[in-house]
Amino acid sequence: MVNEVIIKTKNLSCCFDTNCVLRDLNLEIFKNEILGIIGPANSGKSTFLRSLNRLNYLNPLYSQTGQIIFDNKDIKQIPDNILRREIGIVFELPQVLPVSIYNNIAYGPKVHGVKNKEKLDEAVEIALRKAHLWDEVKDRLDIPAMKLSGGQQQRLCIARTLAVEPEVILYDEPCSGLDPISTAKVEETMQILSESYTQILVTNNTKQAARVTKRCGFFLMGELVEIDETTELFTNPKDKRTDDYISGRFG
Amino acid sequence: MSSAKTRQNIAFFILGLATLVVVVPIIFTIIYVTIKGIGAVNWEFLTAEPRDGMKEGGIFPAIVGTIALVIGTMFFSLPLGVLAAIYLVEYAKDNFFTRLIKLCVVNLSGVPSIVYGLFGFGLFVLLLNLGKSIIAGSLTLAIMSLPVIITATKEALETVPASFREISLSLGATKWQTIRNCVLPYAVPGILTGTVLSLSRAAGETAPILFTVVCFWMSYLPQSAFDQAMALPYHLYTIATQVPNIPSKIIFGTAFVLIAIVFLMNLVSIIIRAHFRKKKLW
Amino acid sequence: MFKKIREFIIESCIRLSGLLVILFVILIFLLLLKESLSLFGVYPIKDFLFGTKWLPVSEPPKFGIIPLVLGSIFVTIGAIIICVPLGVATAMFIAEVAPPTLKHILKSLVEILASIPSVVLGFIGIVWLGPFLKETFHLNTGMCGLTGSLLLAFMALPTIISISEDAITGVPKSYREAAFGLGATRWQTLWRILLPAASSGIMASIMLGIGRVIGETMVVLMVTGNSPILPHSILQPLRTLTATIAGEMGETVSGSDHYLALFATGLILFIITFIINFIAEVYLQRTRK
Repeated sequence: MVNEVIIKTKNLSCCFDTNCVLRDLNLEIFKNEILGIIGPANSGKSTFLRSLNRLNYLNPLYSQTGQIIFDNKDIKQIPDNILRREIGIVFELPQVLPVSIYNNIAYGPKVHGVKNKEKLDEAVEIALRKAHLWDEVKDRLDIPAMKLSGGQQQRLCIARTLAVEPEVILYDEPCSGLDPISTAKVEETMQILSESYTQILVTNNTKQAARVTKRCGFFLMGELVEIDETTELFTNPKDKRTDDYISGRFG
Repeated sequence: MSSAKTRQNIAFFILGLATLVVVVPIIFTIIYVTIKGIGAVNWEFLTAEPRDGMKEGGIFPAIVGTIALVIGTMFFSLPLGVLAAIYLVEYAKDNFFTRLIKLCVVNLSGVPSIVYGLFGFGLFVLLLNLGKSIIAGSLTLAIMSLPVIITATKEALETVPASFREISLSLGATKWQTIRNCVLPYAVPGILTGTVLSLSRAAGETAPILFTVVCFWMSYLPQSAFDQAMALPYHLYTIATQVPNIPSKIIFGTAFVLIAIVFLMNLVSIIIRAHFRKKKLW
Repeated sequence: MFKKIREFIIESCIRLSGLLVILFVILIFLLLLKESLSLFGVYPIKDFLFGTKWLPVSEPPKFGIIPLVLGSIFVTIGAIIICVPLGVATAMFIAEVAPPTLKHILKSLVEILASIPSVVLGFIGIVWLGPFLKETFHLNTGMCGLTGSLLLAFMALPTIISISEDAITGVPKSYREAAFGLGATRWQTLWRILLPAASSGIMASIMLGIGRVIGETMVVLMVTGNSPILPHSILQPLRTLTATIAGEMGETVSGSDHYLALFATGLILFIITFIINFIAEVYLQRTRK
């Protein structure tokens, strides 16, 4: 398996006003892997994730130094709206627009210029199938998306992201509000998607990281402490802090 | 009963009395004008021109003029007000410039209506050579209505959940696409309510139109936006103070029609607000 | 490609709109200033600001605004004395005493009052209130400052009531809970805790009410009589700054000294209301903290 680097950070530091939540991060992400990011709260995990698609800049206090390279280009050279199409994100709480299921998914392609109704129908169906939601909703695409259950809404969010055909999908604690069955369905979806997409999963749930990811990085207080194959990290951590966190001595 | 409780009862009674003193005149005014004025209102009153030096006939030209002014005001103030509010909420950073804009909005809302009249006269009628015209009056009323529309639009935009914007941007939409598709449509009820409210105020204003558009009497209806016009508030003022011997029924009738139009517009804005509150999309 | 150009145009229009708001305020000020300066070229500004005779049609004309300023002050003070206690009391009643249905009705009534056009209130002043006061107090004429003050108070009430009511309702629940926890009655809580906590908002509402009263034109034009002489009491006819502009503009020749003097009067009004609004905004900022 060729380990091609798709994203690389060089000395990345992220600060909100004077509070620097991430310091000097150097990290490589390989194509088509599922990378886990674990660590206690306020370690900078979400900030790291959102620095990749520049969502942090929605906060006026945010500033950033260092470089992020995506597909061999500095992401500063890529316009925001194109970058965010290539790197999609699924948020912690299922956030759907107050429109129908169909329109939620079709929104992405529409803003990127797809007008043809048949093409949109096709895009919606493909996205819903990939997110394993098609069978459950194919007969009621016109109902308001808010009527779906939490787990279904989260898979809708995944489908919505898939509809714009990204290369990378970011997950920011996607299952924290979901029941175990919905969580299992989302995790199953992620496994299947890894054949075609690079995925980065931020999670507070170390067991989930162990189940789903191939490589895992441990963040603590703004620093990447250790990154390794998941099985290695969990059974044989090289840093004491990693060991303490995984065994639950703190969290 | 403890003395504290007694004191409370007395205090609340006084408060209630004060409220009564406020409320009774409001009801009295409405009833008074209605009773004395509704008798004059019939089809002829609403559709005929004044005759015999305003002593007979109707107030149709004044109604037409007022409607023209309301439409003109909306034409100028709505786009400008909404765009300015979009700037303040979606684009402006927290700096001196933004604070200056907000201060100016507050100040515009406090400028006396007669000063708007002077300004409109100096700028639109004279300097820009529009002459006393519907367009000059509409522009003047539009600037006067800006603060209300800006404030209502601002509040409507701020009520739209931030998550909508985040979702749209994260899917790769541009800022304007986000505003246009995910924010504005949900702010429309608030914008409409505020607009209709501000237009109802504009319909009742006299001072800004004194020097910018109205004339005492025209024998023809305004033919274009560059014509002068009659208008209800000014008509009421004139027949109440400047022209002697007008039957009081006609003056009250004019006052009643003016109040009725203003209240009708208020009612429309309340209905819009209630209708969308019921729909409650999120 | 076209999409990018179109977006650029739209975003430019948006930014421009923000700018236009500032521009309008500056334009109003500059226009008034320009004409005023023309006046002060031929008529000394000292005589304008401090002169006690407003005689625009005498030979030579006199443009002293003191009678007008005093007229404005008299009716304003008269109005404030009436509407501040009434308004704040009503706000207290609506906020803390009235049950929900009554609260709703009262708030609607206040909104109705706010939308009554000033010319209609002026008309009521002429046909009912003026004669009523003349009869009751045996005055020389009903068209005097008192009539104006009463109507102006009425007009300023919605401003004071709604902003004060917002201020009182906006006091954090924890204040109320703390007071009740200590055994205070609703009145004691209201009077000793809520009112002081809401004081910035109430002050703002009073300032805005004053601004509303000083800036009102049609009511005073129609009911306070027409004599721009130094008023000695509120029971006399008097003239305000606003009514002077409205009443005399139609009779002036464009560009004449009288015409310029009216613009200068407008400038004074603009400055006064600017300051009042600024103070009100300062108080409102305090409530937002």
